[in-house]
Amino acid sequence: MVIERRWKKWVFFYIPLTVFVVGTLFPFYWMTVTAIRPDAELYRSWRAVNNAPFWTLHPTFEHFRDLLAKTTFPRWLLNTFYIAVASTAISLLCGLLAGYALARLRFPMAGALGTSIFVTYLVPPTLLFIPLADIIRDFQLGNTPWALILTYPTFLIPFCTWLLMGYFKTIPKELEECARIDGATRVGAMTRIIFPIAVPGILSAGIFAFTLSWNEFIYALIFLSSPERKTVPVGVVSELIRGDIYFWGQLMAGALLGSIPVALVYSFFVEYYVTGLTGSVKG
Amino acid sequence: MAQVMMKDLNKKYDEVHAVKDVNLHIRDKEFVVLVGPSGCGKSTTLRMVAGLEEITGGEITIGDRIVNDLPPKDRDIAMVFQNYALYPHMTVYDNMAFGLKMRKFPKPEIAKRVQEAAEILGIQELLKRKPRQLSGGQRQRVAVGRAIVRHPQVFLFDEPLSNLDAKLRVQMRVELKRLHDRLETTAIYVTHDQVEAMTLGDRVVVMKDGWIQQVGEPLELYSKPANRFVAGFIGSPAMNFMEVAVAEANGALWLDTTGLRVKVPAPLAGRLGAYKGQRITLGIRPEDLHMATSNDPADYSFDAIVEVVEPLGSEILLDVKVGQSVIVARVDPTVRAKLNDKLRLALHPERVRIFDNKTELAI
Repeated sequence: MVIERRWKKWVFFYIPLTVFVVGTLFPFYWMTVTAIRPDAELYRSWRAVNNAPFWTLHPTFEHFRDLLAKTTFPRWLLNTFYIAVASTAISLLCGLLAGYALARLRFPMAGALGTSIFVTYLVPPTLLFIPLADIIRDFQLGNTPWALILTYPTFLIPFCTWLLMGYFKTIPKELEECARIDGATRVGAMTRIIFPIAVPGILSAGIFAFTLSWNEFIYALIFLSSPERKTVPVGVVSELIRGDIYFWGQLMAGALLGSIPVALVYSFFVEYYVTGLTGSVKG
Repeated sequence: MAQVMMKDLNKKYDEVHAVKDVNLHIRDKEFVVLVGPSGCGKSTTLRMVAGLEEITGGEITIGDRIVNDLPPKDRDIAMVFQNYALYPHMTVYDNMAFGLKMRKFPKPEIAKRVQEAAEILGIQELLKRKPRQLSGGQRQRVAVGRAIVRHPQVFLFDEPLSNLDAKLRVQMRVELKRLHDRLETTAIYVTHDQVEAMTLGDRVVVMKDGWIQQVGEPLELYSKPANRFVAGFIGSPAMNFMEVAVAEANGALWLDTTGLRVKVPAPLAGRLGAYKGQRITLGIRPEDLHMATSNDPADYSFDAIVEVVEPLGSEILLDVKVGQSVIVARVDPTVRAKLNDKLRLALHPERVRIFDNKTELAI
């Protein structure tokens, strides 16, 4: 019996898990190895006798040096950070208020409004960028960070609203009613009782919004044009692929450096993040 | 300290008319219980007093102020909820102090009041804990404590004991009663449990479908129910109802149905005259039935066949078949009855209740 169970555990748990973990992490490993591999190894033929695609014998930081010296990568990093933080802050504020209203207040058309907010989230950015480009031009925001700070909320606000609405609904409404009887106004009950309890939900909405705007590509590609204004995903792709020449080393170094801030954000808040998505408040 | 007046109170949601023309005067220091099956409008009524539901029609007065348009925080009330509604991110102390802090009480005064309430409820050593570290009974105590530190004009309780297990519920019930005797604050208490209603209330309000059925002291409701619903709702096991015909024979009125024929007791006979030849509902409480002895007049006894025996220790409940209907009798624990036994039961003629079949009102 015991042996059979152990056998089952391997087949149904450890082996699939290992496959999954390797499958998920391998691209990151590949990215790292490519970033520290010297050009001589990178462009060596696959059939060469000394070819070793999965590791390198001569690790180098040359690509990182090139990236920082020959491109405006630090500038891109700063742009991305600024745009991501600003659009996350705007979306989170709007999402908090909208999510609270949809979850708690009774007003005509509340259900229809909630659904239509969600529907806007389903419109693909590849369709939306054409009318948005028109608006950006009308307001003369093209090639400024505001072009992105103001367009990212078009998909971030619906997302934050829905995530937070779901979270607010798990918080018993008696808590708020009790606070209102205890002497708080509706806004007071919201800020003193509901928001502190909703911190996991707010954090996970924030992290998600931050990641989405950090990685966003199409709007950034269209609305920004001068090299020093670009964000990391667009800058890396447009400046390190010239014609049909791929600067693999720098590309991967840029990708690696670009993903570090997101990884850091996740690792700090991972616990909140999980409770935020599973949503559990116990009185 | 304040009286609470409800005048022609109405609550309508889109389709549902939840509370209908409720008129109730709750006196200062009185403990009034609203009781009824779920959906009867009792909680909605309480929430309108609290200011958590808008009033569709009518007027609520607390003390001498009309509170219809006052927000909950300005009504000077405190409420205890069924699920305790403790703020999970605050300690017990902060939970209890919250209302006072919101009202800008000086810190030493807050500390004094919280300490006082904690002593009354025996939760001094829990003050630093978070709600999730407390048991159900402790949480309930904290919720009550949070209400009493405020020294409000009126306490509102919304089924506060329903989430506790049976034993704890009885214990907390006694404590709440003692607390009310000590604090002497007007209290409105909502429950669906008629035992809680009877034991706690100075007066009990029975509601059904949004209407008040009867308002009265607990024993008054028990002995003089205004209609068939109240009669069936108050008392456990519930009152037995049988449909009977009113017939005249040998110069007296008789209540008659298959398997049962009892003489109408003298005080009732006058009121029943108009019902001669009609059908009415006879109500007998299980505790008003007993095993017939030779002393019991034949006019008030009848034969029954035992269908179920439920020995409870202090008493035995017998489900017996009389004619076509099954009724419950509560008899002495010394009675030895077995399934399918035939026995003779007698009733207390003066405790019999009768109800009009159409209006369901007591006759």
